Amino acid sequence: MPVLQMRKINHFFGGLQAVRHFNLNIEEGELRGLIGPNGAGKTTIFNLVSGFYRPTEGDILFQGKPIAGLRPHQVTARGLARTFQNIRMWNSMTVLENLCISQHFDMGYGLLDTILANRRFVENEKRIRKTAMELLEILDLRDYANEYPKNLPYGLQRRVEIGRALTIKPKLLLLDEPAAGMNPSDIDKLIELIRWIRDQFKLTLWLIEHQMKVVMSVCEAISVLDFGEIIAEGRPDEIRNNPRVIKAYLGDEGITHA
Amino acid sequence: MQRHLALMLYIAICGLIVFLVKAEWINAYIQIVIMFIGINIMLSSSLNLVNGYMGEFSCGHAGFMAVGAYVTSILNMWFFTKGNLFGDALFSPSLSVILFPVTLLIGGACAALIGLLVAIPSFKTRGDYLAIITLAVNYIIKSAIENIQTIGGARGFMGMRKVVNAMSDTVPLPWLMIWILVFTGLTVVVLHRFVSSTFGKGVVAVRDDEIAAEIMSVNTQRMKLIAFMLSSGLAGIAGGLFAHVLGYINPGSFTIMKSTEIMVMVYLGGMGSLSGSVMSAILFTVLMEFLRPLQLFKWVLIPLLLIILMMFRPEGIMGHRELPDMFPKLRRLFPSREV
Amino acid sequence: MDIQSFFQNLINAMQWGSFYALIALGYTLVYGVLLLINFAHGDIFMVGAYIGFFVATFLLGSYAFHLPMILSPNVVFVLTLLITMILTAGVGVTLERVAYRPLRRRGAGRLYIVITALMAGLILENGNLALLGASRRAFPDLIEKVVYTIGGVTFTNVKIIVILAALGVFFLLETIVRKTKIGMAMRAISYDRVAVPLMGIPIDTVIVFTFILGSSMAALAGVLFVSAYPVLEPYMGAMIGWKAFIAAVVGGIGEIRGAFIGGFVLGFIEIFVAAVFPSTFRDLIAFGILLLFLSIKPTGIFGVARAQKI
Repeated sequence: MPVLQMRKINHFFGGLQAVRHFNLNIEEGELRGLIGPNGAGKTTIFNLVSGFYRPTEGDILFQGKPIAGLRPHQVTARGLARTFQNIRMWNSMTVLENLCISQHFDMGYGLLDTILANRRFVENEKRIRKTAMELLEILDLRDYANEYPKNLPYGLQRRVEIGRALTIKPKLLLLDEPAAGMNPSDIDKLIELIRWIRDQFKLTLWLIEHQMKVVMSVCEAISVLDFGEIIAEGRPDEIRNNPRVIKAYLGDEGITHA
Repeated sequence: MQRHLALMLYIAICGLIVFLVKAEWINAYIQIVIMFIGINIMLSSSLNLVNGYMGEFSCGHAGFMAVGAYVTSILNMWFFTKGNLFGDALFSPSLSVILFPVTLLIGGACAALIGLLVAIPSFKTRGDYLAIITLAVNYIIKSAIENIQTIGGARGFMGMRKVVNAMSDTVPLPWLMIWILVFTGLTVVVLHRFVSSTFGKGVVAVRDDEIAAEIMSVNTQRMKLIAFMLSSGLAGIAGGLFAHVLGYINPGSFTIMKSTEIMVMVYLGGMGSLSGSVMSAILFTVLMEFLRPLQLFKWVLIPLLLIILMMFRPEGIMGHRELPDMFPKLRRLFPSREV
Repeated sequence: MDIQSFFQNLINAMQWGSFYALIALGYTLVYGVLLLINFAHGDIFMVGAYIGFFVATFLLGSYAFHLPMILSPNVVFVLTLLITMILTAGVGVTLERVAYRPLRRRGAGRLYIVITALMAGLILENGNLALLGASRRAFPDLIEKVVYTIGGVTFTNVKIIVILAALGVFFLLETIVRKTKIGMAMRAISYDRVAVPLMGIPIDTVIVFTFILGSSMAALAGVLFVSAYPVLEPYMGAMIGWKAFIAAVVGGIGEIRGAFIGGFVLGFIEIFVAAVFPSTFRDLIAFGILLLFLSIKPTGIFGVARAQKI
């Protein structure tokens, strides 16, 4: 069974159709890419999956269960995490705190336990910190546990953000332009990180990316979106030579010169 | 042992205050100032949860205070005194010693309930709307009380002194002072535990980046409701104590002006700093007493102080930090439960 | 309610709506440009009324130092209006320069400026109270009150002037905002505060202009208000200011027509509630209705929800 199924999704913003007859299956363990020119609707697709928008028409199934209409935190709690185009950390709190708060879906205690500071509170709080620290350890971020994310270099911030998403223990991780704003050496590290995460955590990854280097070297399959519609799907080398894709990116002239 | 040091210290101070009051070594004026300090600490630290930690702009805190004040006062009058309104006392006045904190908690619960009613519509919308809705609710509560003639309407509600006297007649201790000290301590402990727990930090995540909070599994709406209810509930308890210190309340005690006063304390101390709120409540109360000879000019001076503060140190005296962050030695007093 | 008292109330509602609308305008203009709730605006209205009082009494020759000639009350009224608007605009601009601009320059958060505004309002109120005392002052009668009666409905010429002034201001501002360069700059800033200075639009000039407009309209409302209800006291601006702010929000804050419609809606609700229920219920029901409205349509009548970018 596919991890994620999107069936006949149509989405409108007022009169504008942002997503058109979108169908997609992502299989377990896959490393899928989503590319397309600016404004093609890539982030909209991610927002639909993560619960920010409710699709105007169509179904979204995550691990076989419908998730359209759930609130974002409910979707996340089912094991579907994502990162953002522009890094969104909670900058007034430390890296460690960031990675603790993202475990809100599985706190194990409530308001009353907090106020009473009972055993349940103490033990769960310990567990949460342990999970966060372990993850920081694996991601080689232990030294930054007490730093504020905004003080870290960009590449590390991205790493922390991905770490925060991993605290969800996701089955599917969506990465929205993880390489945006990175320099070439950061990008090489990122490619390594993405592959390593997939093998280490055995999860399914779906990423939006403009950096062709990342997409082509990381993804096993790529979907190409243009004007809210999938215009091509296939392996990286197939996509690279697909005339419709070239047309979408470069316009008609691209074809004649290609 | 060490982890309870701060608590022991607080209990020792409270014991000393109660002893001094009992022995009549401090006069009634100073007692009242101490009681107001306690109430102001409750008010400013509870508002700080919403306006500081959560980064919203609630400007109707006095409204919730009013709910608590009226509910608690009415319950006490009904339970323990003989009056035109409720007839004979429901319980023996000697029970007031035990039931007084219960009535305070009921008052707080009612205020929290009103807080919930306010929070549900306002949090669905953009940030600024909380300012407007709390403002309107402050007016509505005040105006509603004015229109309920059975509890005195605009003339006010009085007689709470009898309850206070009933308590000290039963067991000769300064009960009101004791309960203020207890609830002040409780408020600070509850808020401290809340904002330093991973659960409560969800509120700070909402302030820093609400979208990220929602996507990283924080139930933002529930967090906002909890924070708002906690905040308004504590304001309600403070209101109940306030009513008993004064012995007389009227809707005019709970205007936007009172709300503004609480906001001044919050921003003076620093948003998102509990120790800042406690300090500024003490400072503010004492300052108001010292500036009494200035009369009206104190209400020019204090806003001016705050404007200057906003210009040169906009984050307030403490600003997102706590005392132990500035003086690491104090960590011994406030041990965090870190592993 | 019979038809006669209906029209009587209608005229009263129009008058109160005009006051609210003129003040709400100041909130909405500043919010549109700076996204700042200028909580001091209600007190600018009060300051306007006081300045109007001193200007009018001076022009009437009530002080030791006075004008060489005696002016007719109508001339005094017009002069008072103009001078007051200019002086109050000065107060508004000073406030912006002294309190808000330094904060804006150092990139302080919006919340800090809102707090500063709230405090500035307190200073104006209490400063006035401390300097001039709590005694109420009576505004001189500048316009000879004429009472008209049409079909049993009575109204004064002052009411008509107030309503006409509000309508005039509405059309004037709509023209300024839609047709003039600076008006278009104001609208542009509300769309994108980062890009506008880069396009060579002098942002500070636009902001000052906004404060001039808002404050002078508050002054106009102040003088008209005391002409209709000739009592001045330092807290007169607080209550009416808060209410006008809520009116601006109901109309959809940031929108000029929103401020006007919101102001009139509030005026109508208040007057008609007071006509049907005991007048002590006025605030309770008026705010209740507004709250209900806002929880159904939080962006107000004309407001548009801004999409959140993720």
